[in-house]
Amino acid sequence: MSTLTIDHVSRWFGNVVAVNDITMTIGPGVTGLLGPNGAGKSTLINMMGGFLAPSTGSVTLDGRPTWRNEEIYQHIGIVPEREAMYDFLTGREFVVANAELHGLGDRAAHRALATVEMEYAQDRKISTYSKGMRQRVKMASALVHDPSLLLLDEPFNGMDPRQRMQLMDLLRRMGDEGRTVLFSSHILEEVEQLASHIEVIVAGRHAASGDFRRIRRLMTDRPHRYLVRSSDDRVLAAALIADPSTSGIEVDLQEGALHIQAIDFPRFTALLPRVAREHGIRLLTVSPSDESLESVFSYLVAA
Amino acid sequence: MYDPTVARLTYRGLLGRRRALILGALPVLLIVISVAVRGFTGADDQVAADVLGGFALATMVPIIGVIAGTGAIGPEIDDGSVVYLLAKPVKRPTIIFTKLIVAVAVTMAFSAVPTFLAGMILNGNGQQIAVAYTVAALVASIAYAALFLLLGTITRHAVVFGLVYALVWEALFGTLVSGAKTLSVQQWSLAVGHKVSGDLVTSDVSLATGTVLLVVVTVAATWFAGQKLRTLTLAGEE
Repeated sequence: MSTLTIDHVSRWFGNVVAVNDITMTIGPGVTGLLGPNGAGKSTLINMMGGFLAPSTGSVTLDGRPTWRNEEIYQHIGIVPEREAMYDFLTGREFVVANAELHGLGDRAAHRALATVEMEYAQDRKISTYSKGMRQRVKMASALVHDPSLLLLDEPFNGMDPRQRMQLMDLLRRMGDEGRTVLFSSHILEEVEQLASHIEVIVAGRHAASGDFRRIRRLMTDRPHRYLVRSSDDRVLAAALIADPSTSGIEVDLQEGALHIQAIDFPRFTALLPRVAREHGIRLLTVSPSDESLESVFSYLVAA
Repeated sequence: MYDPTVARLTYRGLLGRRRALILGALPVLLIVISVAVRGFTGADDQVAADVLGGFALATMVPIIGVIAGTGAIGPEIDDGSVVYLLAKPVKRPTIIFTKLIVAVAVTMAFSAVPTFLAGMILNGNGQQIAVAYTVAALVASIAYAALFLLLGTITRHAVVFGLVYALVWEALFGTLVSGAKTLSVQQWSLAVGHKVSGDLVTSDVSLATGTVLLVVVTVAATWFAGQKLRTLTLAGEE
């Protein structure tokens, strides 16, 4: 059982702040590190894994620092995001080399390859592997020494649904065995399927922390903005504002469109087509105007 | 201090890819030149010394050193695969020392061995010229490998810097500007070669100076590379 403690950690590159005063504790079980691209997830994971010095603050695993401490890797398994991994070796050679570097032998390597179900392709060169196969061999290399902390940077990137499910099962199992598993992702659905605990990072800041229900609520309860064009904008606006699911409507004459702010998302999405039909209005455009991940996450910062 | 697994990964990386072809090209060229020279002019001690000194030691050895030294670590840092070495309970100086051994061995194999063969072809080791230049190539291999391994850990453009050093500094300034000669791995190794052969192999530095500088540069570069690797920052892809 291991606990990773991130204590008031910041990291800047020149005058760009990548991670801004983050404090969190990662305990046993599966934790998802959620945030949009560029939020600082990789920077934070690199600091957790001891590959980057915090500018201020400290990262410790059970009280021992991860930076400049090679011994700590007896307890940490790392699955990097980058693809490169000695492509000129076979999968088996690669995992055996990783085992040897831990002072272990073929047995450990074989066990790790079995865990990720890669025995069938272990004698092929890594350069011939698909993305999912690479990911599993990376996984095997990280598991070879039976670590208590597993760090994975965007492990589901580029995986097909079946590979994704397999890896999720594996990580869930790792968490159930009492390991501390932390993975990063920019996709909420991924995180909520797998993680019992979620840490959200936006623009380098720790935006939210908790179980997925809480995070989900924070993300869906936010006001939604829509851009709607119809055959009669004013009549439509009048009918919509009468309903409590909307909180504001702007008639944009220049654009020839309505900017609608909805506060009850499910109710509004049912209301809009019904109102249009009742009033004989044709809907020409209905588009969410702030569905980008950035704006979704920005609500969490405020929350 | 030496890790056989790191060594295996390093030499397979060095010799497996296209790099092996590049490493092999210069020695082949040296042998071809030697055969041609011998065929046209016959065995001549001065010509043998000119070919070995002018091409083998001044050009081939440093370039092989650049390819093997930077290639022993540069590509791994570049593509990020070095993370699999760093995320292990292995001392970082051990990783550097092991890579140095491999880089030295490869540089020696691809520079000193062909130098000796070329010397035998040119004048059958007359006046110990083949042995003298081979010894010089051997000691130069150590210093070059250490220097360029360090370069590989500190910059992504190690090959460019290495070639500039090898070709501009060693080959050009090293033969033209007398001050530069004191700070040239080539001259230090020639001082050692001079000890073996005598007057056909000349150096601008004394044996003592050359030896001390060779040792200092090799040890300092290796130590510094080890320290550098301890604080190596892996850039994220964000």
